[in-house]
Amino acid sequence: MGGYDFTIIFEKFPIFLPAAFETLKIAAAAIIVGVIVGLFIAFGRLSKIKIIYYLSTLYVTIIRGTPIILQLFIVYFGLANIVKLDPYPSAIIAFGAHNAAYIAEIFRGAILSIDKGQMEAARSIGMTNFLAMRRVVLPQAFKRAVPNLGNQFIIAVKDSSLASTIAVRELLLKSQQLGSSNFRFMEYLLIAGIYYLIITGILSIFVNKLEKRLAVNER
Amino acid sequence: MAKRTDNKMIRVSSINKSFGDNQVLKDIDLTVYEGEVVVVIGPSGSGKSTLLRCINFLETSESGQIYFEEKLIQNKENDINQMRQSVGMVFQHFYLFPHMTVLENIIEGPTQVKKMKKQDAIPFAEELLDKVGLLDKKDFYPAMLSGGQKQRVAIARALAMKPKLMLFDEPTSALDPELVGDVLNVMNKLAREGMTMLVVTHEMGFAKEVADRIIFMDEGRIVEEGTPNSFFLNPENPRVKDFLSCII
Repeated sequence: MGGYDFTIIFEKFPIFLPAAFETLKIAAAAIIVGVIVGLFIAFGRLSKIKIIYYLSTLYVTIIRGTPIILQLFIVYFGLANIVKLDPYPSAIIAFGAHNAAYIAEIFRGAILSIDKGQMEAARSIGMTNFLAMRRVVLPQAFKRAVPNLGNQFIIAVKDSSLASTIAVRELLLKSQQLGSSNFRFMEYLLIAGIYYLIITGILSIFVNKLEKRLAVNER
Repeated sequence: MAKRTDNKMIRVSSINKSFGDNQVLKDIDLTVYEGEVVVVIGPSGSGKSTLLRCINFLETSESGQIYFEEKLIQNKENDINQMRQSVGMVFQHFYLFPHMTVLENIIEGPTQVKKMKKQDAIPFAEELLDKVGLLDKKDFYPAMLSGGQKQRVAIARALAMKPKLMLFDEPTSALDPELVGDVLNVMNKLAREGMTMLVVTHEMGFAKEVADRIIFMDEGRIVEEGTPNSFFLNPENPRVKDFLSCII
């Protein structure tokens, strides 16, 4: 234990704030891209049009079947011959595309879990398929997806640490850089860890609140 | 009771429907006249519900035609959505929208499909709720209602579209026995007001009392049809006799 000086944690905690903000930015962007693209992929996976179904299924298969860091490297290093992207947009594209596949499956499962009678009841009052989806099925599906979405959002926050490998100045890179300057890796890694816990903790609270608020129509 | 007219409300012409190898409807012909209450009975699996679902295209029949007010309804979105606005459907399991209050359930069709303004849709919705005896529940969510209450809201939701024809698919089969009466009363009231109704049910009391015509289906065919009197007192078909002796 003699080698550790945990007072550094308190002392240096504030200087990680900009890095925490970077982490937050990447994660938030990845989640937003993931939810929007994911919704479309989910519709693709539920589509009766064969080609759309196959393409979206292929997408999900590829993304889920390969490591996220490989996907990040393909965007940042692999595509460099065609288009040279900065680290920050590379991370958002890669993580957004990655989350889209998982979020698509969450949405698909949630939509399928809604009793088909709901769709029929909506159609029976003259709604188009689109309107019934938007007014009746999706609001219920979204509610059912919230716990799993929350889980995926937390994963997205933690996965954003991989952006350190392409020099995005987020929490993990910050702790590595400071650690290598004076070999106090443990202290700086713990600071990063505390920040991650704070971010994911707040996210959990938010998701729980949302779950409760959406449950008002249940007995 | 409002009398039926000679106007054909819905005409089903040689409808066939199969699920896989199982042919559920075999060359069904049926006409329901404006103002008429037709009750469809028969053993389970006889195709009653499928017939009802084919009429508003929740199931697509393989062959045959459906005419609504003598207009052929093509299996196209436009035709179907148009017709559905005039054909109310009440399901065995209600299918109220659980994320909306009772009032929101009822104005959903008028506001979203007919593009009525909310404030214009609400008075009629409240009138309907009053009619089914649930005005005091208008701000409740479906989960807070009993089955019988849910079904009455579902009827009000269908009526909010001002339908010309109401289809009832075993509306009381999922209810506790003591809740059946309230729903049947509402249906009875509707029938007296002259609503055209096609009702699949096992409620023989309702059939006897309210129906203008009873249709008995067995194995995908209409095997007997007639007035309640002739049907219950002098059934001709042996299958009908069997069925009636089982349930009465």
